[in-house]
Amino acid sequence: MSQARVIATSPFKKKGEVAPPRKKLKVPRLFIFLCMSPWLFGIVFFTAYPMVSSFYQSFTKFNLIESPQWIGLDNFHRMFFEDDDFWQALKNTIWISAISIPLRIAFAMFTAWVLTKPKRGRNIYRTIFFLPSMVPAVAATMAFTYIFNPAYGPINRMLEAIGIKEPPFWFLDPKWSKWGLILLGLWGIGDTMIIFLAGLLDVPTSLYEAASLEGASAWQSFRYITLPLMTPVIFFSTVTGVIGSFQYFTQAYVASGQVNDYSHSMYFYATHIYYSAFRAYEMGYASALAWVLLVITLLCTLVILKTQKRWVHYPNGSLFK
Amino acid sequence: MSTMTLENREKLEAQSLQARRKKRWNNFLHMVGNHSLLIALSVIFIMPLYLVIVLSLMSKGQAETRSLWPHPFVWHNYITVFTAVPFLKWTLNTLFVALMGTIGTVVSSVPPAYVLSRLQWKGRQTTFIILLSTMMLPGQVTMIPVYIIFSRLHWIPSFLPLIVPSFFSSAFSVFLLRQFFTSIPDEISDAARIDGCSEFKLMMKIIVPLAKPAIMAIALFAFLGSWNDFFGPLLYIVENEDLWTLGIGLNAFQGIHHVDKNMMMTASALFMAPVIIIFFFSQKVFIEGVTLTGVKG
Repeated sequence: MSQARVIATSPFKKKGEVAPPRKKLKVPRLFIFLCMSPWLFGIVFFTAYPMVSSFYQSFTKFNLIESPQWIGLDNFHRMFFEDDDFWQALKNTIWISAISIPLRIAFAMFTAWVLTKPKRGRNIYRTIFFLPSMVPAVAATMAFTYIFNPAYGPINRMLEAIGIKEPPFWFLDPKWSKWGLILLGLWGIGDTMIIFLAGLLDVPTSLYEAASLEGASAWQSFRYITLPLMTPVIFFSTVTGVIGSFQYFTQAYVASGQVNDYSHSMYFYATHIYYSAFRAYEMGYASALAWVLLVITLLCTLVILKTQKRWVHYPNGSLFK
Repeated sequence: MSTMTLENREKLEAQSLQARRKKRWNNFLHMVGNHSLLIALSVIFIMPLYLVIVLSLMSKGQAETRSLWPHPFVWHNYITVFTAVPFLKWTLNTLFVALMGTIGTVVSSVPPAYVLSRLQWKGRQTTFIILLSTMMLPGQVTMIPVYIIFSRLHWIPSFLPLIVPSFFSSAFSVFLLRQFFTSIPDEISDAARIDGCSEFKLMMKIIVPLAKPAIMAIALFAFLGSWNDFFGPLLYIVENEDLWTLGIGLNAFQGIHHVDKNMMMTASALFMAPVIIIFFFSQKVFIEGVTLTGVKG
């Protein structure tokens, strides 16, 4: 808008004279409506109606064939007091979020930081680091369960070669299977890393120069320059990480299908919704699960948003300029 | 006096030479350190891909022996895979869904993004906030009613549930495009409007060509999102084997005995290949696209 104002000011006006208000363009209402209509249709039929509908269904017993039957809060009672799988799924999901979100942020920061160092060859390294994040999840998971196979997979052979006598059984061991998934996630760090890299390259070099003139150590300039300026990126990836981890499905589903995960060590929240809805056809119960998921995600996001004033530093004052 | 100065000078010169040498040596050490770290990380990132390719070229017997180099190279795996599993059909299905989804996403995301960034109207900000919040909405909340809609339409199993929604704007793509459109100066539009250009023509003839990189980015993201998608096909096409995509096919066949593990790696390698090739040709678009969706908004 400010740019438009500048044009509207005639160069022949004298200083101090107020520019006449910019000639108002007729707002092309029909055009706006037509352009927005695909989105409007989508939001009504694929978001708003489904949300209302699934909210209603969460209070019903509904198996797709018979019409939904109102049962009040029974679904929620069952979830919290009778369904062991729910607690197992919730525990697994919280466990993996608590470990993998900070690990992913640290690893993305580290790989991005390493990428800012070389004078030559940065693009080649960046390509290599980014590549795994492009690989289809099914193919990547199959590859990982295969190469991490304790009997014939090459990873354990390498671990033995460097002196680890009894390498873990990875996906075959309930204690280690989630670590396999975490490694799989770290391997695909590329897209997060690119955002961190952009953030790191945005830090003005003059700040580092000033710090080094003042005799700051590498750690100090990281701690007091890089880290504060990177907090918006860290904040962004924490929020998307929390939302993402409650929807974590494909890798866990494929991996547990490969190794017969009897102990449910790779049974996550999204898996539980999937099994309730499309294996047991308990649509009402699955809807209730989905709404609890929404509430949990909202609460987590709110907590992070509330704390952001204390630790997120915006150089321009706001996320949305 | 003069001898003193001379001595001093020599001393100083020697010192500065030493300092420069030391600095150069330090820089060299730094470079070696950086590159060794980068190479070590590269090896880690490449390793799984390398192993997939190596295993895909082994014979069945060798693939279960922990060896790390194919002996002999069984190139024939890459032909056998097409007869061992209906690989060609899966590929064509995946390609069809991905291409249609890409067209749908681009066609339905450009106009809302245009209107949300280049025109002033009442309710624009609210609309944009609603759009942003739908991006945060977990898909599980809407999944079941949407499934019911499609099943009432008798669209399950078919490709329609995978393709049709993409024609109703993807919030992510609209957001990304809007970010890019906003960066195009208003003067361009103003000039065209003064010349009597219609809003539609302005969008199609002036803004869209300028925004080609961003449109390429959303097209690529849409294509890859669909190519890599597993959950959508799992809901909508599993019941009909003729409709299986690569992800569903590979996941279903990995448990079956007559398909060898090495063959699954061959199939995985072929599944990854298009993505990797596309990436190599369009890295710049990708990386700029990812960056645009980050905090730079």
